[in-house]
Amino acid sequence: MTMKHELIGLGGVVERNVYLTRRYIWWDLAFFGWTVANTLTIVFIAEGFEATGGQIDVERATTTLLIGAVVWAYLGIIFEFITETVAWERWEGTIEYTFMAPLSRGMHLGGTGVFSVIYGLLRAVLLFVVVALFFDLALEGANFGAALVILIVASVSFFGIGIMTAVLPLLSPEKGAQLGFVAQGLLLVVSGVYYPVSVLPDWMEWLSTISPATYALDGIRAAILDGAPLSSLWHDIWPLIVIGVASIPLGLWVFSLGERHAKRRGTLKRSG
Amino acid sequence: MIDLHLAPVERHAAVVAVELSDLGKDFRRRGKRDGSGAALDGVTLTVERGECVAVLGQNGSGKSTVVRILATLLLADRGSATVFGHDVVTEAKAVRRLVNRVSVEASFFKKLSASENLHYAARFYGMTSGQTRGRIPEILERVGFPAARRGEPMENLSRGMQQKVALARALLTSPVLLLLDEPTTGLDPRSKLEVQAFVREVREAHDATILLCTHDLTEAEALADRVGILDRGRLLCLEPVDELNRRYGAETLEEAFFTATGREFDDEGPDEGVKT
Repeated sequence: MTMKHELIGLGGVVERNVYLTRRYIWWDLAFFGWTVANTLTIVFIAEGFEATGGQIDVERATTTLLIGAVVWAYLGIIFEFITETVAWERWEGTIEYTFMAPLSRGMHLGGTGVFSVIYGLLRAVLLFVVVALFFDLALEGANFGAALVILIVASVSFFGIGIMTAVLPLLSPEKGAQLGFVAQGLLLVVSGVYYPVSVLPDWMEWLSTISPATYALDGIRAAILDGAPLSSLWHDIWPLIVIGVASIPLGLWVFSLGERHAKRRGTLKRSG
Repeated sequence: MIDLHLAPVERHAAVVAVELSDLGKDFRRRGKRDGSGAALDGVTLTVERGECVAVLGQNGSGKSTVVRILATLLLADRGSATVFGHDVVTEAKAVRRLVNRVSVEASFFKKLSASENLHYAARFYGMTSGQTRGRIPEILERVGFPAARRGEPMENLSRGMQQKVALARALLTSPVLLLLDEPTTGLDPRSKLEVQAFVREVREAHDATILLCTHDLTEAEALADRVGILDRGRLLCLEPVDELNRRYGAETLEEAFFTATGREFDDEGPDEGVKT
């Protein structure tokens, strides 16, 4: 199969996800409503802290929390799509037809990654705008372009780690997909999603240095809160590139081990 | 689309399409490490290009395991399997280009329409939207799928209709080896005959080699050049129906099956580990 055929196959995965999103659009809107509510419960914490007598820069804290919640939601969409690539196909029974097609696993999962990044970015931007409307945030100086670039660069690493979690439903059809959420939670808890990583115990702070979410959150906050230009965010960008370059082959290798294990044990198809 | 432009069967009768050599597979189960979980036990067979070979067996006899190994979905523990000379493990990608499959379950994204399911599946085989735009309606028409229902979600279609779409999906990629794993199980008599007629047409018009795994004796007799009996993972015989009946001194295929296995055809076999 030539590279052209591989890219057509990748396009096929994107096409399938477009069809599915169209069919489930009302469910997606309902989940979006849930995400907005969930984000609001976090972002209101800043105002609540002040109302109960705490001393805090409410606007800065609100924006900090909002960025954390949006990145959390974005990461959730990427992990959900990639992990569900396997879980959903098992449930529908199509997994064997996909795995016996002459399409490399990289392109197969890459198609899901491309769609999840595009869809996730749209959802993240919409979530940010909708929740920001609840608060009187002064974002005139924010550099949204730089923030978007950071999120896109970070997406490569998120995708690589997502591939590793996508193998979990191959190992456990019953609980594997849920374990993807555990990975998402672990990644964010060490990355300073709602707090600076300096408050973490030493060993967790060390873990934050190998988490791409740390650099994504740091760079996006600097761009939005301080209006930092892209050129000044290189210290966040290069680690994201390094982690991204390493995580995709590592993710594919981990996935290939899981696929081989499932093919040996005959659990590729089992749906329950 | 992969266009193979194959020459007629007669001119290549000696080409081996499928070769299984001492193929073995165990499914480990808790408390059973004594080999009693063997799904396949030393299966050896060859299928020539253009042939239709049926493998008969009860549920759990190992039929689906053979199909999955050939489809690169399962790794054998012993022996080897090749498709047109390509090893299913070391040359899996080459094998995948040549093979497609119709199984007992017409597995699709149920909320998507027949047309949508076929479109994205064709992309995995390198077919562009320009190629599928005309080809999909044409192929659906050939399998007798009503044009008015192409846009309907699969979940609204009967099993017979879904199975026709499964045949269309398999044929869309022009496979040279078609693996049919109980393709008519659960279909009404009319749909069953339609599917069988279509399988004959595919074989004649597309020069496809067919491996049919079934527990429908009539279907095996009607479609296959040779019939094999798989029992508890062992291939007991593989020959034309007449010779098979003669070997077991039987009047019918059912009688031959009983004599060969010592069991009624409808008896339930052991679990196969993975079932379609």
